[in-house]
Amino acid sequence: MTKVEAIIQTSKLDAVKEALHEIGIEGMTVLEVRGHGRQKGHTEFYRGREYTVDLIPKIKIEMVLADDMVEKSVQAIVNAARTGKIGDGKIFLTRVDDAIRIRNDERGESAL
Amino acid sequence: MTERRLIPRFAGLFFLVAFLLVVLLVVTPLTLAAQSPSQQEAQPDAQQGGQAAQSQRIAALEQRAADAKSSADNAWMLTSAALVLMMTGPGLALFYGGLVRKKNVLGTMMQSFAMMAVITVLWAIVGYSLAFGAGNSVIGGIHNALLRGVGLQPDADYAATIPLETFMVYQLMFAIITPALITGAFAERMKFRAMLLFLILWSLFVYDPMAHMVWGKGGLLNASLGGRFPTLDFAGGTVVHVTSGVSALVCALYLGKRLGYPKMAMPPHSVVLSFIGACLLWVGWFGFNAGSALAAGGLATSAFVATHFGAAAAAIGWSGAEWLRNGKPSVLGAVSGAVAGLVAITPAAGFVSPMSALAIGLIAGAFCFWMVAKVKARFGYDDSLDAFGVHGAGGTIGALLTGIFASSAINPIFKDPSGNTGPSGLLEGNAHQLLNQCVGVAIAWVLAIVGTLVLLLIVDKVVGLRVSEDEEMQGLDLSQHGEEGYYWETPA
Repeated sequence: MTKVEAIIQTSKLDAVKEALHEIGIEGMTVLEVRGHGRQKGHTEFYRGREYTVDLIPKIKIEMVLADDMVEKSVQAIVNAARTGKIGDGKIFLTRVDDAIRIRNDERGESAL
Repeated sequence: MTERRLIPRFAGLFFLVAFLLVVLLVVTPLTLAAQSPSQQEAQPDAQQGGQAAQSQRIAALEQRAADAKSSADNAWMLTSAALVLMMTGPGLALFYGGLVRKKNVLGTMMQSFAMMAVITVLWAIVGYSLAFGAGNSVIGGIHNALLRGVGLQPDADYAATIPLETFMVYQLMFAIITPALITGAFAERMKFRAMLLFLILWSLFVYDPMAHMVWGKGGLLNASLGGRFPTLDFAGGTVVHVTSGVSALVCALYLGKRLGYPKMAMPPHSVVLSFIGACLLWVGWFGFNAGSALAAGGLATSAFVATHFGAAAAAIGWSGAEWLRNGKPSVLGAVSGAVAGLVAITPAAGFVSPMSALAIGLIAGAFCFWMVAKVKARFGYDDSLDAFGVHGAGGTIGALLTGIFASSAINPIFKDPSGNTGPSGLLEGNAHQLLNQCVGVAIAWVLAIVGTLVLLLIVDKVVGLRVSEDEEMQGLDLSQHGEEGYYWETPA
């Protein structure tokens, strides 16, 4: 089992969700986050004082998937979220030790 | 800043008990004195027939006409009083509340609200008497303490067609908002009980004397009642804005900067709230300025129009300056500009023409922008919500521009001994008035600086002014009031 963490532009959430649903992904967690990679922020003015806002709002999608779904989901995310400009985001993959369904104690891939 | 407290942590209880004791000690002897007479009865209807009956009917009609005017004036004045109170709550509360960080929103709003409650009681007990009672040229007396003698009968020195009680409650709203304005300077770092004590003392020792000098019987600066240095201040440019604005600067310098200022970004947590507050201030200001005509006639109209025009022009002035300097006109800048214009037109409202009001507004808008954007940064003081930059500076320039633009055609305030109207301001040919304006402004500055410094020293020694570093990091809402403004994170 692999955890897929995708940080994407906020405007791409709907497209990415739909793309994931189309390939049969059934579970995901969506978080509103702030951060930056190489993308610069912007400046705002309040009462004549300049503020640099360098933490940019992003969306993070987290999913734990069976290994045979991972590459398909990565492709789906990339195709839906890519604009070609700096700020598109990143995807991270990590190994997951176990998954448990709270409702009925199921473990492993059948819990996903 | 080290704390040198003499009062232990039961300070809240201590103040409540002290306050009640003072009220009790003052109430007991004074209520044993005779009460003031109540309103006169209306004239009986005239009888039929005869020359005498004719003149009786005319007298009765004249009384009815006078009553009608009184009704109109009183209706407008009570409305104005309500409008001015709205300026404090929620106008100023929202305006300031939106400008601070989320963790301080309630603490900031509470400072304005506390004034609504506390200054009211203070005014009733002794404030009104000190400001508007008969006394000397600097301060009133205690004759009207507990509002003795303040009933439904008019006082012709102040307003001949409305009950004195209306005048009293109208002036109360000014006494409320003035200290509330100062809270902008020490936002996000003043102890609640210190603020209470400081502003109560400030109201007594700075506001009441200034109000008395400009508007009270025998006041040194009173232009309508023959003061020695008649200062044209229609609705309180010096009394309200210069005193509070300059006091704000002193407070900001004495208390020192907020932790992290200026390196840490502290943008307003809600420009939306500030916007709403500013618009409420604009509308409320019609009560503040046009109500200062103390009647519902043509002078109220003049003041109303001048007020509105001043606000509009200043919004454009500030926005224009900001657009040029920063490349984009901000919403906060635009509404701040409007407020600056309202401040500047306050002393001028009932003395200048609509076109002059546009000029005053435009100048004030650009000037206050410069004060806030450039001067504050250059000197580095943390006047958190620009109480000095907008009110102190705006009030000062407004008072001076009043000396230039005042016109006897709008308000024939200066009359020679034979009753002929003389020129009011510089453009009309009265250059001397500008000097008087300077005197009035200077007195306001000096009173504010000296009074505020002394009171800050006292309150610092007795209670300690600034919250601890931990409390400041935690935020006033939690540390001073045990509350959170927005409880959105917890699930249902």
